[in-house]
Amino acid sequence: MAASVPAAAEQYDYDIIKKFVVMAIVWAVVGMLVGVYIASELAWPFLNFDIPYITFGRFRPVHTGAVIFGFGGSALFATSYYVVQRTCQARLWGGGLIPFTFWGWQAIIVLAALSYVTGYSQGREYAEMEWPIDLLIEIVWVSYMMIYIGTLMKRKQPHIYVANWFYLSFILATALLHTFNNLAVPVGLFTLKSYSLFSGVQDAMTQWWYGHNAVGFFLTAAFLGMMYYFVPKHAGRPVYSYRLSIVHFWALSFMYMWVGTHHLHWTALPDWASTLGATFSIMLLLPSWGGMINGIMTLSGAWDKLRTDYVMRFMIVALSFYGMSTFEGPLMSLKDVNALSHYTDWTVGHVHSGALGWVAMISFGSLYHMIPRLWNTKLYSDKLVGVHFWLATIGVLLYITAMWISGISQGLMWRAFDDFGNLQYSFVESVAAMHPFYAMRAIGGMFFLTGMCVMAYNAYMTIRQGVREAGVAGQTAAAAA
Amino acid sequence: MKLNSELLETNAGVLLVATMIAISIGGLVEIAPLFLIKDTVESIDGVRPYTALESRGRDIYVREGCYTCHSQMIRPFRDEQLRYGHYSLAAESKYDHPFQWGSKRTGPDLARVGGKYSNEWHVQHLIQPTSVVPESVMPNYPWLSATALDYSDVADRLRAQRTVGVPYSASEAEYAANVKQFGAAVADTLRIDKAQENLVAQAQAGNFDGDRTFVSEADALIAYLQVLGTMVDFSKVKPEDLVKYR
Repeated sequence: MAASVPAAAEQYDYDIIKKFVVMAIVWAVVGMLVGVYIASELAWPFLNFDIPYITFGRFRPVHTGAVIFGFGGSALFATSYYVVQRTCQARLWGGGLIPFTFWGWQAIIVLAALSYVTGYSQGREYAEMEWPIDLLIEIVWVSYMMIYIGTLMKRKQPHIYVANWFYLSFILATALLHTFNNLAVPVGLFTLKSYSLFSGVQDAMTQWWYGHNAVGFFLTAAFLGMMYYFVPKHAGRPVYSYRLSIVHFWALSFMYMWVGTHHLHWTALPDWASTLGATFSIMLLLPSWGGMINGIMTLSGAWDKLRTDYVMRFMIVALSFYGMSTFEGPLMSLKDVNALSHYTDWTVGHVHSGALGWVAMISFGSLYHMIPRLWNTKLYSDKLVGVHFWLATIGVLLYITAMWISGISQGLMWRAFDDFGNLQYSFVESVAAMHPFYAMRAIGGMFFLTGMCVMAYNAYMTIRQGVREAGVAGQTAAAAA
Repeated sequence: MKLNSELLETNAGVLLVATMIAISIGGLVEIAPLFLIKDTVESIDGVRPYTALESRGRDIYVREGCYTCHSQMIRPFRDEQLRYGHYSLAAESKYDHPFQWGSKRTGPDLARVGGKYSNEWHVQHLIQPTSVVPESVMPNYPWLSATALDYSDVADRLRAQRTVGVPYSASEAEYAANVKQFGAAVADTLRIDKAQENLVAQAQAGNFDGDRTFVSEADALIAYLQVLGTMVDFSKVKPEDLVKYR
């Protein structure tokens, strides 16, 4: 085993993976820090400090961009490059394109953040980047697609492993969604400002087709790819059911694309479209839970690992949150529930139970699995992984509990009538009533961020240790020669 | 060759094509009809493109990310009717590039905020929201009334919107068509060649921020807020006329 690892480092391109791993951790810290800050702005508005650049409206896309595309994106680049090489037993294809995807992607995150704080936004959630950045994304993404497919073609295994299907589906869907949702006409060649090609109802439809599938493919399918490799690998067990993974994959890929319209219930979007979206949302529960069961049952025969191995715990808790969120989602897509939950903090809580509970936790598990293998050493501290696990779990629970209470309260207060048939509460009474829960949410976020900082420290120490050991080994080898 | 899982999983090209088909159908079925079915957007009188000043105000609304806390889409519920007014029509955002329906109400819906508060209230509220609504958690926007509006490129901005289908007029023929559709008074405000002139004139006449010495960003934003939801005269619309669209 010890001899095979350096061989693996030569056989595969690990350099690019290491870069993305480091940046995933950096963006997680930055993005979550901004998240805690904007959450605090809602609880304590003086934190806006009358500075245009950090007001909630401009800062919120910095948070979503840094965590989704910075942290999530970098983690996906890192893990997909790792998984595709190892499961295909082939070195990455693409030459100069490979480092280009790294530098291009990092430039995108930085440019997007700078453009938001200086007031350039398309006004589309999770797609706020203006047109020149969108073009850069397009180029980087096509390069990524070419590298990925090129490597698949080079594979030495006849069979394409299931994790790769999910990554491939995510890459294709993201290209499709990004292209059509960002069609716009710029004001001029030398200005960032543009106007979207579509308007009103068609624009809303396109945006939420994109918006929900940013969740469905970027934040779900791709991370399922991660799950299908790292859970079995870390557990040392084969995937529970191969057949279930086939059903899971095709049902998920097909159905997710229909569900975006549940964000537009009771709006001016025609009823048939949002009803269709809700129908598919409910059906989606089945493949989602199929996938969750497939992941969790992979551990059968190795359940004792949950007691001793915090990395495994991260993965299994992530799958539990995946199951919880994919149950809550269809529930919220029902028109009657949505009438209450839409426009409230419940939606925000739902997104975060998926984003923190599922996406972040499965990434933490995968990163903890990968880092020692990439730098050919052992984790600096298993105990700190445990500290991170508990901080993260407590953080998520505080966050989503706060948002459940505030979201349902908002929904109920807005629709409450007094005995005379008048509205019982003014809007601002509902705002004032949310204060304690906004504070609680910010504290939950602080827990999660603190855990993230612990991980960053642990990763830094592990990498330093790995680099030192490599240096010593190199010297010994040189001396021996 | 049999199309089964084995074929898909051992052949990258086939897997790619099959996946592409699987992910394309949903969007196609849901999006394309919205451009083809005529009843998707109501035909209703009164909805017009924004004036040059209002359009610049809308740009500022997008720039500041107001949509992260305010929706512009009233749902057909009794409480929303009482709180905000008539439910929003698709036609009311047909010139909105991009749409700003929003997804979160940390603050109230703004689809019909036009005319609800005075210009003076808006100025105070933008400078310091808690001065008029003590419990508000909205940030202060004092720089809006202090910053001169850059309207040097407003004609380019209208031209870009014309390219995506908003009927701002760039020629006599287009102007004549606008006169026919919206009447002369509105058609005059939609002329691209008069964009700057019209913008300054509306800011002067409206005096939105209470300071006529210069056109501020607050002038534009308040002009936009004050027109929101006011274009359709619902006293002239019978509920049964709208039912077929829902």
